[in-house]
Amino acid sequence: MAAGAASGGSAASDTYAKVRHWLLMPSWLVLGFFVFAPVCVMVIYSFLTKEFRGGVIWDPTLAAYDQFFFDRGLFGDGDPTLQWTYISIFWRSTWQAGLATFLSLLIGFPTAYYIATRPANTRALWVFLVTIPYWVNLLIRTVSMKFLLRDEGPLNNFLMNVGLINDPVHIINTNLAVQLGLFYSYLPFMVLPIYASVERYNFTMSEAAADLYATKWTTLRRIVLPAVKPGVIAGCILVFVPSLGAFLAPDLLGGAKNFMIGSLIEEQFKGNAGNWPFGAAASMVLLSMVMILLLIFSRQQRRAGAAA
Amino acid sequence: MSAKIDVKTYTGFRFITLLCLFILYAPLLVVTVYSFNASESITTWDGVSLRWYTDVFVGPESGKFQQAAINSFSIAIIAATTATAIATAAATAIVRGGTYHLRAPSLGLISLPIMVPEIVLAVATLIFFNSIGFTRGYMTILVAHTAFCIPFAYLPIQARMQGIEDTYEHAAMDLYATKAQAFRRILFPLMMPGIISGFLLAFIVSLDDFIITNFVKGAGVETLPTAIFGSVKQGLKPNIMAISTMLLGLSIVMVTISYFISKWDNTK
Repeated sequence: MAAGAASGGSAASDTYAKVRHWLLMPSWLVLGFFVFAPVCVMVIYSFLTKEFRGGVIWDPTLAAYDQFFFDRGLFGDGDPTLQWTYISIFWRSTWQAGLATFLSLLIGFPTAYYIATRPANTRALWVFLVTIPYWVNLLIRTVSMKFLLRDEGPLNNFLMNVGLINDPVHIINTNLAVQLGLFYSYLPFMVLPIYASVERYNFTMSEAAADLYATKWTTLRRIVLPAVKPGVIAGCILVFVPSLGAFLAPDLLGGAKNFMIGSLIEEQFKGNAGNWPFGAAASMVLLSMVMILLLIFSRQQRRAGAAA
Repeated sequence: MSAKIDVKTYTGFRFITLLCLFILYAPLLVVTVYSFNASESITTWDGVSLRWYTDVFVGPESGKFQQAAINSFSIAIIAATTATAIATAAATAIVRGGTYHLRAPSLGLISLPIMVPEIVLAVATLIFFNSIGFTRGYMTILVAHTAFCIPFAYLPIQARMQGIEDTYEHAAMDLYATKAQAFRRILFPLMMPGIISGFLLAFIVSLDDFIITNFVKGAGVETLPTAIFGSVKQGLKPNIMAISTMLLGLSIVMVTISYFISKWDNTK
């Protein structure tokens, strides 16, 4: 998505060049005032002192970042040692998001490939089938997952009825449930960009490889995969980034013990116990991770574009 | 070349595709089936009934859900309409405005809401409204939704506009149409499929949003997702499944509309 908007196309038609600034004005005002400015204010907040009833005191400090990374003992005067509490939450989130991305790729790539190689008349129907879940409310999809995975839910009932298990498997409120939730939430995000790449792939290249005695799997690995790499990377970004900051799956499926970044941040803004500067600092760490990732991604895409 | 090997198909891919669709649809189907359950409990099956649909409209929680639905739909309609208008103007400046310095930064600004993780945008918006002293409520939700819907409305509109050659409006202007007339009478109607797709996408994105709404809504104002979330937090109840199934139906209707619009080519 990001790459799609960033390119803007190369056609330099200039019919409305004279009024272009007027046409851009509303988007500049709304996005500048309600997206760009808020992100800037959040940066400032992450360097302020927390007030005990939630909120801030305008007194610049590095306390929020210090709390994130370092442990200075009970009274705050000990030697700083690395504080693992929050780093490990970030690490767990990265790991969960990475695994969800990998699983989505494992299922999503063959699906996208299969759909893209269908005859033109049925292809649209397949894409349509994958698109529907993409448009269904994420909260409802997560709630459905919760319903399905419960101890006395349909999944356990089914497994017990076929005789695979005797007692219900406890899945809800575990890391596994969060993982299934993330995978389920963002799987369509993987399929659609890969599908778009495979659809543009020129299959005469596969034929050429076959003529040169490459096996089908070698062709897939050495010819098809490199050609559709931009779509694969786009799909991975579209799954990884929202998984990393996910709130609904860890909150509804993971319970209190399986905290992820999203829950940690949300906690800081709930009620009076919150710590706004700390929440802003944690958001900044997350934002930085995502921005670095997107930077690498856009460089990759540009290189791929230059090579093509 | 009649016995040519099929280089396109791979064994197992068909199975994985069917598995993928099964994974995507199974939870939704299960919830749909259970929404018609006559039983009080969500575990036991007690025959088919519409009692939970009735419960949504006249039951003890109906007032709450009705107000939430009114908030959700009014916000989605206003936010998506405003965002679509802003996005249409911006797309015209980007695709038909020639090359200029502000073009790349403008594109960056427009794609900002989809590049920043949603939870970060939620935090930023809450902090911002708080620091300028806006009271949280209906208006803050509406403003936040309008802003983050812009890129979703923008993408289909830009894609559509790039597919329309500028010869159409040039032809109109050769026949002494003003630029405004060329836009209103030629370009705008041609862009219509993109504009409708953009609106639908923005509408569904607004209707679906939970995280940002949850941060900026303030006490007392609920939208459907926040009301459903609050209810689920207290335990899964059958009436939630009935609401979910109705929203599911709405999403399917919207995708179907958008599917047919994408096939509509009015440049010929």
